[in-house]
Amino acid sequence: MTPNAYRPFRRLAALVAVAGLLSLTAGQLSAQRDSAVPGKPDVKTITHVLNRVGFGARPGDVERVQQTGLAAYIDQQLHPERVANAAMDARLAEFETLTMDARDLGEKFAAADQMRRELQRQQAQQAPPPVTGDPTMTAPPATPPRQPPPPELRMLQQQAQNITQELMQAKILRAAMSERQLEEVLVDFWFNHFNVFIGKGQVRQYLTDYEQNVIRPHVFGSFRDLLGATAHSPAMLFYLDNFQSSSPNAAVMISPEMERRLNDPRLRPEQRRQLMQRLEQMRRPQQQRPQRGLNENYARELMELHTLGVDGGYTQKDVIEVARALTGWTIDQPRMGGSFLFRSQTHDATEKVILGAHFPKGGGQEEGERVLDMLAKHPSTARHISFKLAQRFVSDEPPKALVDRAARKFLDTKGDLREVTRVIITSPEFFAAEAYRAKVKTPFEFVVSAIRASGATVVNAQPLVQAMQQLGMPLYGCQPPTGYSMTADAWVNTGALLNRMNFAVSLVNGGQGLGGGRGGRPGQPGQPGQPGAPPNVVGPLGQPGAPAGQLPPNPRPRPNQPQGGLGQPLRPAQMARMPLQLDMASLAPDTSEATLEKLIQTILTGQVADTTRQTLARAESPQQLVALALGSPEFQRR
Amino acid sequence: MMTRRVFLKNGSLALVSLGFAPQFIARAAEVAQTRKKVLVAIFQRGAVDGLNMVVPFGEKAYYNARPSIAIPKPNERDGALDLDGFFGLHPRMASLHPHFKRGELAIVHACGSHDETRSHFDAQDYMESGTPGLKSTRDGWLNRYLHAKEHDNASPFRAVALAPNLPRTLQGTAPALAIGQLGQFGVRAGMATEMMSTSFESQYAQAADSLLRPTGKEAFDAVKMMKEANPAGYTPSNGAQYPASAYGDALRQIAQIIKGDMGLEVAFTETGNWDHHANEGSTQGQIANRLNDFSSAIAAFAQDLGDRMADVLVVTMSEFGRTVKENGNRGTDHGHGNAMLILGGNVKGGKVYGKWPGLERDQLWQGRDLAITTDFRDVFAESVTKHLGARDVSKIFPGYAYKSPVGFLA
Repeated sequence: MTPNAYRPFRRLAALVAVAGLLSLTAGQLSAQRDSAVPGKPDVKTITHVLNRVGFGARPGDVERVQQTGLAAYIDQQLHPERVANAAMDARLAEFETLTMDARDLGEKFAAADQMRRELQRQQAQQAPPPVTGDPTMTAPPATPPRQPPPPELRMLQQQAQNITQELMQAKILRAAMSERQLEEVLVDFWFNHFNVFIGKGQVRQYLTDYEQNVIRPHVFGSFRDLLGATAHSPAMLFYLDNFQSSSPNAAVMISPEMERRLNDPRLRPEQRRQLMQRLEQMRRPQQQRPQRGLNENYARELMELHTLGVDGGYTQKDVIEVARALTGWTIDQPRMGGSFLFRSQTHDATEKVILGAHFPKGGGQEEGERVLDMLAKHPSTARHISFKLAQRFVSDEPPKALVDRAARKFLDTKGDLREVTRVIITSPEFFAAEAYRAKVKTPFEFVVSAIRASGATVVNAQPLVQAMQQLGMPLYGCQPPTGYSMTADAWVNTGALLNRMNFAVSLVNGGQGLGGGRGGRPGQPGQPGQPGAPPNVVGPLGQPGAPAGQLPPNPRPRPNQPQGGLGQPLRPAQMARMPLQLDMASLAPDTSEATLEKLIQTILTGQVADTTRQTLARAESPQQLVALALGSPEFQRR
Repeated sequence: MMTRRVFLKNGSLALVSLGFAPQFIARAAEVAQTRKKVLVAIFQRGAVDGLNMVVPFGEKAYYNARPSIAIPKPNERDGALDLDGFFGLHPRMASLHPHFKRGELAIVHACGSHDETRSHFDAQDYMESGTPGLKSTRDGWLNRYLHAKEHDNASPFRAVALAPNLPRTLQGTAPALAIGQLGQFGVRAGMATEMMSTSFESQYAQAADSLLRPTGKEAFDAVKMMKEANPAGYTPSNGAQYPASAYGDALRQIAQIIKGDMGLEVAFTETGNWDHHANEGSTQGQIANRLNDFSSAIAAFAQDLGDRMADVLVVTMSEFGRTVKENGNRGTDHGHGNAMLILGGNVKGGKVYGKWPGLERDQLWQGRDLAITTDFRDVFAESVTKHLGARDVSKIFPGYAYKSPVGFLA
């Protein structure tokens, strides 16, 4: 790309802006002031929109948008309920766990877990039952049984794993196939903003519910609702430990049932002594028992990451006060897929001062709601959220004027996320020449856009789930609450680029070499019931995931065996069994100059460097041609 | 500027003349000139039972607390391998015993993170981010080290994890590689590998993209360096025999990168399955097998490297220790303090470092666990300053006041 490359784009934008100004009345002018959507966009502009508002163009998408009109297309995307999505719905119908509720899902995990525990108990050489090993949250005993697990257990574990696999596969399929592209972009964005990590304890079993019922319904709704939904969600309560945060002042928790029994005049002295002993045991620090007392984790990230931002004007004292206000926000039966519960016994009922506001004593659960109200409408929050959205849609360092306008809209509309998003994706900054290809795709954006650009049909998404591991961005696998970075510096490094080129090669081979495809375990961090397993380790390329140290012995490196690959295109019969189906006849029937030009039009749309063109011209097969396009520097940007 | 037609005519010749080969050679020569100091970090994930790994056989309380899983005293059958009259190595760690006796291996006991979490997840997270108690730290402490000591022409192999994914310790904005198998590094396209690799290489070398061009160049430099090192043709030196486990394999490959003079400075690998809540075993059984694998791989690594070990420091870690008392399933539960092993370089070995807090009930942390007298960051900080030559650890361990070295390095 040369600096000249931008010129036509910029000129067009200016022309459109002038034309727009001339034809508008004063009233329209103020309504349109925020909208810079060109009336007669060129292919490059449409591609830009498809790359930002969605996960890139499929063959034919540009023409479809041309017919609809760009402004109308963007407006439709902002109202996904107006976009028909039958093919997507039909495809997702095969994933039955997506629509199950949290408790049903939780029970499946619990069943596998209980059976495994039971087996372990039996194998413990008839030892007496554990004195410690309280079956609470984080870590069930992880010693793997020496014998292979019995079929019943394997079946239960497979059922539990299936839930995670379906969620992961659905994430890829939705991004690749959904006509409601902006919705998928935003679900990804907001999940990442309110990140939870699959590898932490029970989070795994709440993930489906979290994405489906906590994040998804609110991405075009009010920020306060979204914030509230995450604050009440077991996934977040678990991930950031709030479920075990309790008032340091609260007495040892006595359940109403126990209180009733202790006060029962018919209680015999011996029974009373036993009850008191149990209470005493609960007081002692115990294996895996939640530490009594205040846990500040959620309160801190709530302000630093979810709302105000790190420079949003709060103090460590505010963190503690918010943590105190949220004591008692916990989960009812966390191991069984239980839901939000406010437990007044562990709530700190004393008075608090938060961000200068006074909270009288005895506020109960409402106190926490008031804190969320306050945070959701704070100007720092408006700015923080607007900045992040602009960073996702426009550039790594978004123009301040745009962030300011979006933040103003956030405050004016009481956090209407549809309107804030609209301001950004219809802004002059969004359509400015500087924004074109300003973003480096994240691995997820790369993988999905490659599938879309090549028009591939995903028969089995599991190898793609594993490819995400390989590319350093495992689905639901971001450990810190910051979520994955959206900026280029995090994703541009030598290993990452080579992995992308290899992905391009695998893709045109129908997904060969991406691993999985045999219905193996999803490459998910930390296997169920393996708390000692590294949280982010899976098997090497082509092997189903397994924690390090448990891999089958594989002492010698395999030399770089030629494996057919691009030298010998797959035979039709082989291709038919591959997880990804490419229609090469329409994508690239040959390596002629005409095909090359067409491919550059559809896949690389816009500026293409001479060298890229030259390497494409040297391709020896249509597969190589497509792989070279998808692995090129141009395709790494959006 | 070459036109497309000319380029096509000249074909692959043109690619050769683009000029990256000389740079690759220059870079390889540059890194070879200075034999770099290397830090090898090994994570025992799942919380190894440090009290059965480095056994305080001088403590009566140790034997009282562990009727079925204690390691016998050195003079008894299959007893601990005496280190200093008070501590002993687990008998299946015999391969490391001579290293201790020769002063090459040091141990820091009663070491760990003061954060009181007993969650594997949180404790591993904290040990890798280097910021106990703070969850939103984006990068790992080894990555921050890379920033603290930046150099312009760093090798692409400066920081490598022999693992399928980059561990939290190495995550961050400084470049670091995760490699599962060295032989798999590079563009893989079967019979078309050469052609595809060359094509991609020229795409990136000539890209106008100021971010992707240099990184792409670096990637193909790295591929060439790896090819030069010929990973498939590697035979360990000095008759070293690595155990046949993924972890042993990883250490063997780290030795390969070091001996290949590829500019390695920080390596990471991990070994799992230490979470022995039931049937831990003692001189035989689960922990014995795991410790055998763990130490024989390190011993093979040291043997393989021979004199090169003078440049290398191996540091082992695990997220927390285990309960002093064995539980009803002849296992141990999540505890607190643990032991770290340090081998190689300028180690003042033959000594167990750290103040021993004792195992009597009133000496235990929360009445049940080995207390911590050395913060794990002291061990890391000493390693990166005295071995790798970092000057300032305040950015590597933000918020931590590192006062003085533990003293295990000369």
